[in-house]
Amino acid sequence: MDSVLSACGLNGKKEKVQEERHLRANDREFNLSFKYANNAIKTSKYNIFTFLPLNLFEQFQRLANAYFVFLLILQLIPAISSLSWFTTVVPLLLVLCITLAKDGTDDINRHKNDRQVNNRRVDVLIDGQLKSEKWMNVQVGDIIKLENNQFVTVRTLTLLYTSSDPGTNLKVKQALTVTGDLGDNIDTLAAFDGEVHCEAPNNRLDKFTGTLTVQGETYALDNERILLRGCTLRNTEWCFGLVLFGGPDTKLMQNSGKSVFKRTSIDHLMNVLVLFIFGLLACMCTTLAIGNGIWEHQQGTSFTAFLPRQDGANAAFSGFLSFWSYVIILNTVVPISLYVSVEILRLGNSYFIDWDRKMYHTKTDTPAQARTTTLNEELGQIKYIFSDKTGTLTQNIMTFNSQDVLNKKVDFSWNSLADTKFCFHDHALVEAVKQGSSEVHAFFRLLALCHTVMPEEKTEGQLFYQAQSPDEGALVTAARNFGFVFRTRTPETISVVEMGINITYELLAVLDFNNVRKRMSVIVRSPDGRLTLYCKGADTIIYERLHPSCSKVMEVTTEHLNVSLRTLALAYKDLDEAEFEQWRERHHEASTALEDREEKLDAIYEEIEKDLMLIGATAVEDKLQDGVPQTIEQLAQADIKIWVLTGDKQETAENIGYSCNMLREEMTEVFIIAADTAEGVKEELAYGLQKDFQLELLRTACMCQTVICCRVTPLQKAQVVELVKKYKKAVTLAIGDGANDVSMIKAAHIGVGISGQEGMQAVLSSDFSFAQFRYLQRLLLVHGHWSYLRMCKFLCYFFYKNFSFTFVHFWYGFFCGFSAQTVYDEWFITMYNLVYTALPIIGLSLFDQDVNDRWSMQYPQLYAPGQKNQYFNKMTFVKILLHSCYSSLILFFIPYAAMQDTVRDDGKDIADYQSFALLAQTCLLVVVNVQLGLDTYYWTAVNHFFLWGSLSVFFAITFTMYSNGMYLIFTSSFPFIGTARNSLNQPNVWLTIFLTTLLCVLPVVALRFLLIQLRPTINDKILKSKGKKLDKMEVRYKVRQAKAVLPPPPRRFPRRRISTRRSGYAFSHARGYGDLVTSGRFLRRPVKTRLTLFPLVESPLAENSPQTYRSIGEGAQRS
Amino acid sequence: MKSEGEFVNQPDNTAFTQQRLPAWQPMLSAGIVIPLFTLIGLAFIGIGVALFITSQNIKVQELDYTGTATSSPCFQCSGLSIQNCTCERNFSLSELFEGPVFFYYGLSNYYQNYRQYGVSKDDYQLSGDTTYFLKPQSYCSPYQYSNNKPIVPCGSIANSMFNDTFRLYLLVNGSRKQVPFDGKGIAWWTDYNIKYRNPSPVNGSFAAAFDGTTKPVNWQKSAYELDPTDQANNGFLNQDFLVWMRRAALPNFRKLYGRITGGDYSQGLPAGNYTLQISYNYPVLSFGGTKKVVFSNVSWMGGKNQFLGIAYLVIGSLCVVMAIVMLIVYAKYKFPDNDDA
Repeated sequence: MDSVLSACGLNGKKEKVQEERHLRANDREFNLSFKYANNAIKTSKYNIFTFLPLNLFEQFQRLANAYFVFLLILQLIPAISSLSWFTTVVPLLLVLCITLAKDGTDDINRHKNDRQVNNRRVDVLIDGQLKSEKWMNVQVGDIIKLENNQFVTVRTLTLLYTSSDPGTNLKVKQALTVTGDLGDNIDTLAAFDGEVHCEAPNNRLDKFTGTLTVQGETYALDNERILLRGCTLRNTEWCFGLVLFGGPDTKLMQNSGKSVFKRTSIDHLMNVLVLFIFGLLACMCTTLAIGNGIWEHQQGTSFTAFLPRQDGANAAFSGFLSFWSYVIILNTVVPISLYVSVEILRLGNSYFIDWDRKMYHTKTDTPAQARTTTLNEELGQIKYIFSDKTGTLTQNIMTFNSQDVLNKKVDFSWNSLADTKFCFHDHALVEAVKQGSSEVHAFFRLLALCHTVMPEEKTEGQLFYQAQSPDEGALVTAARNFGFVFRTRTPETISVVEMGINITYELLAVLDFNNVRKRMSVIVRSPDGRLTLYCKGADTIIYERLHPSCSKVMEVTTEHLNVSLRTLALAYKDLDEAEFEQWRERHHEASTALEDREEKLDAIYEEIEKDLMLIGATAVEDKLQDGVPQTIEQLAQADIKIWVLTGDKQETAENIGYSCNMLREEMTEVFIIAADTAEGVKEELAYGLQKDFQLELLRTACMCQTVICCRVTPLQKAQVVELVKKYKKAVTLAIGDGANDVSMIKAAHIGVGISGQEGMQAVLSSDFSFAQFRYLQRLLLVHGHWSYLRMCKFLCYFFYKNFSFTFVHFWYGFFCGFSAQTVYDEWFITMYNLVYTALPIIGLSLFDQDVNDRWSMQYPQLYAPGQKNQYFNKMTFVKILLHSCYSSLILFFIPYAAMQDTVRDDGKDIADYQSFALLAQTCLLVVVNVQLGLDTYYWTAVNHFFLWGSLSVFFAITFTMYSNGMYLIFTSSFPFIGTARNSLNQPNVWLTIFLTTLLCVLPVVALRFLLIQLRPTINDKILKSKGKKLDKMEVRYKVRQAKAVLPPPPRRFPRRRISTRRSGYAFSHARGYGDLVTSGRFLRRPVKTRLTLFPLVESPLAENSPQTYRSIGEGAQRS
Repeated sequence: MKSEGEFVNQPDNTAFTQQRLPAWQPMLSAGIVIPLFTLIGLAFIGIGVALFITSQNIKVQELDYTGTATSSPCFQCSGLSIQNCTCERNFSLSELFEGPVFFYYGLSNYYQNYRQYGVSKDDYQLSGDTTYFLKPQSYCSPYQYSNNKPIVPCGSIANSMFNDTFRLYLLVNGSRKQVPFDGKGIAWWTDYNIKYRNPSPVNGSFAAAFDGTTKPVNWQKSAYELDPTDQANNGFLNQDFLVWMRRAALPNFRKLYGRITGGDYSQGLPAGNYTLQISYNYPVLSFGGTKKVVFSNVSWMGGKNQFLGIAYLVIGSLCVVMAIVMLIVYAKYKFPDNDDA
């Protein structure tokens, strides 16, 4: 259910069901008259009866399967049929079955999820009582009760406050006053009969319009009042809601299933190639058809004594028939089973990602997850990474790292103490604070007072702070740990426990934070009547407003703070009572102004925030995630460009840039440009993305080693990604963790979600997800690299084996009157792709690795071939084509020449068609298997098993099919009886097989060897050096027990930068809770239940498996 | 692994899931490739020499009797309308033609591998299934029915069975002495024993099994009359028929007609003058084909085929050359072994 109006009703009666929704609280009958969807959801596609027909229908809509059917029809025409029907039916059935099985499992999972979701319990107000009901039975118009941390079943109108935290994706939802007043009194709620008029179901998460009519009064409803399905209630004990939309009408469901299907570049290339192959097929068939026409004209007519023609047939007609016959037998050039195989191996490689323990985060028990199983190889081709900052690079956890308390009254000699970096785990410091001077106390007092944090004291002494930004939380927590505990607040007071003494300050004004001001202040009156303004803000901003007497200390204050930290300057000012009263009046005036209120307020604030006295500075560490700098450096070495797109301001972004190695000391020269660009981007982005600056922007940005875009809106993030995608034709990856990254994640070729603290939205729209940024390195350099390598090898080999297989028919055409006579046994044709060659290549493409994971990480250069698309492109394809042309020539003409006119060693026939077919197919199978062996770098037991197994299976099956028994049972199906026995015992047959194999393979070996010598690729070099190192290692190992295997870890670059001072303001750019704090609306209840904030973590689909949606959709589009 | 609850989602630590399966990782290094080529080259040369010599030792005597040239003794028989024509070809052997000698007939430009030709038979008929005698499969068309009677054996292949017959005479002191051909045991064991079966006699009469059917249009005798003297060589088990039914892979082919093994000729054909008497029935001129007979003996590697030996020799030599080239390239161009690749 999408929305609940909590204990609010809306009045309004319009009957347009399509455009408008009309419902009345607590009136099921009335609401049922509209036949709104109830809350049962159904994401499954089939039921038991529809599964088979529907799924088959879908499958036959795919091009590949349709092509099979077309072939089958051709084969049923006797004049054309050059192959028995089973050669097509068997593979088709297999493909259909695999897909059926896959779709079936997916759908069963969806059924399970549906059932699980539908059977969840929620309290529904029925007949004046709260009853626990299944979700699926909740109706539009019901009033339901939601409790903290529950999933929201429906869209609700809330009674109570909700608070929003952009950082953690919490949203404030607040009930209308009229409904809020209903409270939690069941009777009043049950009597509530408000009516709602609202928009029809749609998928916009951020908009809602409607009205609520209660007792004749109409109130407007907007998004603030609505709870969406899939959200979780946080920091709210309970909330009543009125169900607005149910099940399929909810915004969540309206949004799901509409994900864009991503295709990899190899998919696109494959489509092009398949078209090309169709062309090739047409060419070959035309050539052979023309050949057939000519042959018929010249020879066939005179051969009629033995080959009577159908009546009325002439050469041209015969050519025409022969064209279609050849379409049938040459159809194997279009590798239809390719798509199935590709999916299998991508699935396999996705499982390897899921299974990787090195991408498993122990702390959160989160394994990596490949949510889209069709993009793996693209991971090996990434050229640009777009990263979010908060929560992605950083942990979104702020640690109060150090501080400076400067006391201007004290000599500078005192600074030595003040300069010390304090750490709040340091108990000695706590002692120092206890004995400390008033300045130190002032410092912490400020931290405890000047903020908009909401405290929540659930049990005595257990305080929870609800902060608008993590920085604020960190600061207040720090103060708390130093003995200045912020306890409770009311609109007029702030209670603080200062060193164990309860003190209540009168809160006179909150000068809230905003982007322009970059500071916030509070004005408080202490119990002894002193009026003080406490201000904290960005150091640069504060310095401008300091009293001249502070000038000397300014410099010293923050310089020595670690530059990678977010620094804040703290200042205070004692106010004169009269002066303040005057200011207060003007402030009141401004705050009630109707026009330009913001500006006026700012001006008023400006007036009083001057001549401040500096108390000190704090540094909050925006904690980087583990391993971020190393990861970024590694990725940079792999020639992957990393762009950080952040909503943060420039200074913060820069700081992060330095701390995670993106900006470095030795980049000083570069830095200026980079910085300019960063700014440029920031400023120009808005234009750039719309106007002709696009290219200019891109050019500049791409010249930079590092690009940091600050102050980017989610939409702009996506636009930047689109821009790069469009003009650079490079593979992009976007990584982020929050709802604001979703657009970017969806826009990029590959979206990666950090399954971390910020809700699930990013993860749900991502293709891959894991818990830590540093896993990106492994995902790309190891899994991406391998997947790409495997996919390319797979494609190369697959095309090779099918071309070699098929071209032999082409050559044979010239020797059999272009009659579409197959070279091989029909059974061999049926089984070639399905049985004989299927497993070895799957083994290769699941297990192959050029170097192991540690070496992949060690040598990021190995990543380059993927980026340059070197392993599989049109050029490679042409090479494969030529190679298989060569192989097929050998495969046909060597047996041809060897068998010409020869006989068995007992003088009997061996140059007959059946023996020749067997010889040709044996040669082919041996050749393609040896070729596969040559392509395999990494021979696991599985590879051995598959390869030798396939060869043995070939011989086993061949001997079985050509055995007496099979012939006696299925006489006409196995006419090759005895062929294997009669020809495979001949030495010259084996000599021919041997010759053919070596002739096919040796040139490849020689060529590869020479290329390694003459034009070694990066791989060759590394492999070679690896070999050397391994040798050395062994030696070393013998000498002294195992030494470090890997070369030393990459240098860490110094983090510090001296030349430019960077300062950051710890607050994030959103507005604070100032309004909420002063409005006092949340104070109507006793303390414990007073704070009824419900930040909602949006986690749509958390319980459904979106991976399923994706693959299904993908499947449906696949051709 | 700690308590179960804590790491529920932790993937298993197996070599398979972590992709750490032990593996053999061969590399195309000079140390492997160059010796490999050398060895293969030498082995090939060795095999090639053996094959070549073996093949050289196989003796083949071919006689074309198409009769295209007017001077050819069979010219008068090659006309289309001529029937029951016999011609003779003389040849002499200067030395003993070592036995066992196999006698083949060969056809050229004859497309037994033509698809429609190849499928034109009924395996059920040929395996003796009499239900298909009266109802031949449609593949056999247009040799399925003749005068509304089903043809047995039906189809183009059977219909076009080679029907020239040969007699070989050794001229001894001006008189002809027939050299017997052994026409038994020339087909594959599996064909004779498994694949082809005669129908069971009806009322003791083999011919009666063919009641209601007719012979192929081009045949002069019915299938049950192919060898009335020997029931084991009659009907579908007639060895000439079996040999013909095993259709050739290529348009030029030879098929075994008989072995010369008997009596005086167990050592082979002695030197001397021979006359081959050909009963010329099979028309090939219309489609530009030729007919020939071949006397040949065999070795362990089958019939004479120079190709394999030569191919092995050439490729063996190429391998050795390649090994040398690679050695040179390796010595000259091998890339420097920088440790920081």
